Amino acid sequence: MGDPPVIDKSYDVVVIGSGAGGGTVAQELAPLVRDGRNVLVVEQGPRISPEECNGVELEMAPALYQDDGGFLTADGTMTLAFGRVYGGSTFVYTGTSMQPPERVIRNWNVPGVEHSDLDARARTFAAQNNVHFLADELINENNRLFVEGCRRAGYVAQQFPINVRGCNGSSLCNLGCPHGAKQGTHRKQLPAAERAGVAVVTRAEALRIEEHAVIVRVSEKPDGAKGQPSEWPPGDYRIRAGAIVLAAGAVGSPALLLRSQLPGLPRRVGEGFTCHPAHILVGEHPGAITNDVGHPKSFFVDRAEEEGYVLETCMYFPFTTAKNLAGFGEPHSTLMQAFPRLQMILVLACDKAVPGNRVTVGRDGTPRVHYRFTEETIAALIRATRASARIFFAAGAVRVHAPSADPPLLEAADVDRIDERIDARHFKPGKISVSAAHLMGGCGMGRSAADSVTDSRGRVHGMPWLRVADASLFPDSLEINPYLTIMALADRVAEGIRQDAGSFLPMNEAVSRW
Amino acid sequence: MSNTTFAPVRDRFRTIARTIVPEAEALDEAGWAELESIVEQGLASRPSSVRRQLRLFVRALDLLPLLRFGHTFRALDRRRRTRFLLAVQDARLLLVRRGFWGLRTLIFMGYYGRAGAAAAIGYRADVRGWEIRR
Ligand SMILES: Cc1cc2nc3c(=O)[nH]c(=O)nc-3n(C[C@H](O)[C@H](O)[C@H](O)COP(=O)(O)OP(=O)(O)OC[C@H]3O[C@@H](n4cnc5c(N)ncnc54)[C@H](O)[C@@H]3O)c2cc1C
Ligand code: SF4
Repeated sequence: MGDPPVIDKSYDVVVIGSGAGGGTVAQELAPLVRDGRNVLVVEQGPRISPEECNGVELEMAPALYQDDGGFLTADGTMTLAFGRVYGGSTFVYTGTSMQPPERVIRNWNVPGVEHSDLDARARTFAAQNNVHFLADELINENNRLFVEGCRRAGYVAQQFPINVRGCNGSSLCNLGCPHGAKQGTHRKQLPAAERAGVAVVTRAEALRIEEHAVIVRVSEKPDGAKGQPSEWPPGDYRIRAGAIVLAAGAVGSPALLLRSQLPGLPRRVGEGFTCHPAHILVGEHPGAITNDVGHPKSFFVDRAEEEGYVLETCMYFPFTTAKNLAGFGEPHSTLMQAFPRLQMILVLACDKAVPGNRVTVGRDGTPRVHYRFTEETIAALIRATRASARIFFAAGAVRVHAPSADPPLLEAADVDRIDERIDARHFKPGKISVSAAHLMGGCGMGRSAADSVTDSRGRVHGMPWLRVADASLFPDSLEINPYLTIMALADRVAEGIRQDAGSFLPMNEAVSRW
Repeated sequence: MSNTTFAPVRDRFRTIARTIVPEAEALDEAGWAELESIVEQGLASRPSSVRRQLRLFVRALDLLPLLRFGHTFRALDRRRRTRFLLAVQDARLLLVRRGFWGLRTLIFMGYYGRAGAAAAIGYRADVRGWEIRR
């Protein structure tokens, strides 16, 4: 038996991926559809409805994330979380909505990328996504204790703007919102695009890119799996396109480019990967607090510029919490048994793009993320952990769990020894859990193929038909929660395509040309 | 657990699991079956080489204490088992630390992934949110 037949299709524009970047491009290319062009989004994950989001950790994680949310870096010392579903990681994000930071965008130093421009575009999407501050009566004690602890310990806590509509405080954001309250691209931009005539096909994985074509495999819905079947019959497709927009995320986009082996591909594809490596810390209070009810992430401390870290409130589920606490046995269990009394803080390091931290592909074409913790990143995590310990104790915690302490539990009597107890010598990769969900870089913007993969509009150097429109465009880490900046950049990419559309040919002529 | 990753090393696996999560001591056969089936599901999408390596790692963890304590892991009391695993967790070799981290993660998944365990630790998140907590 030979290979199954490949089904041919043609579109003016094919967008690969439907997350923060792809969903935005889909919506912003809708005017092309009105002008008679056709636009297609291919998404490898399924469409999942809010009703299917039941908050059960071990059911939802495999349905929504790549590798159940535990994609391991090549040396196995960090797990990466990213979505694999209609809406991409916006389906599982927490919805904190931050404007692009002026200092960081200036330091990126990409000709043509101005902070004021990104800021204005991000504001448009913030308005579209109903970004606002949660009302005071909806803030739970996990968040209030953070604010109080910060006040007493001398840190400035700020409230996160979040993008919810009708949030009932289930606290399950990272397992998919059961009420469709979070305004990710699956709720806003993709439905708008589809209403305007953009086609979206799910369970459709782009296997390879060729010049002006994408090879896509559409899969059957597995028995018992969540989500809808694909809109297209299962099979392999060769989709010809005037322009291809790569928005498969900071792991998926460079990996797809690398396995496609396009002649003339810029050498820097995959380089410059950053991810805000993070620890989950917990503080135990003497009495129960509201932690697993209420929106989980309402406040943060931004010490990115001064100390290279950001602290955020958070709340995780039993297995995720257990995995992220260091150690095992009695001390670990004691803390798990104290779940209703736990306050949680997520500490994120503002890592820098360094040589060697990059995405490659294995022999079978699957992505591999190589990541080494630099001394600076470790030092930032240590400073962040010490600050969090102070905040926990100031908020009234009787015990604090810090992975970079050995043993990891600090008692109230340790409050004057925090710097001594929490130390870089205890940061042992492979022993302690580090995870990341802000994946960035790999197709960075810049001046030319010598220093980057794309120009400031996401055009791959030397390949005007191929654009990138996702977090992989970041030339370095953003140092704050990234989705609005990704949308702003994707909007610029879509604008560039609309402007260039005149040079696209109508499909009937194009088919013979490509 | 008949055809599962840890079936051939079942006693060894369970002794390690009881050391990692002391409450697992109280599991009955149905509880163990649930834990082991969750672990198996977690491994389902991993290549068979990973499952083989994990099995090998469990065997090694059982035998290595012979060198230090003169007994297999299974024959040690909890205090010594814990001491031994603490040393493994801190091993010089990244490969060993990673192996242990992976095994402990699977055990946590199996134990805390059970609805019963989540309820037992007082985890109450519910899709109805504030509606049922005010
Ligand atoms: C748990 C979690 C919480 C987060 N919370 C926040 C937050 O509160 N605020 C914030 O600003 N950011 C948050 N983020 C980060 C934010 O969600 C991401 O930075 C953002 O969604 C990335 O956008 P993207 O378009 O680059 O990739 P994604 O949104 O990940 O989208 C990429 C899409 O491409 C698809 N894809 C990949 N490869 C292929 C292929 N070969 N063929 C077809 N489709 C493919 C994937 O399935 C995916 O749907 C969070 C992330 C996670 C995981
Ligand atoms: S806390 Fe709000 S936004 Fe988050 S999942 Fe629950 S209802 Fe949705």
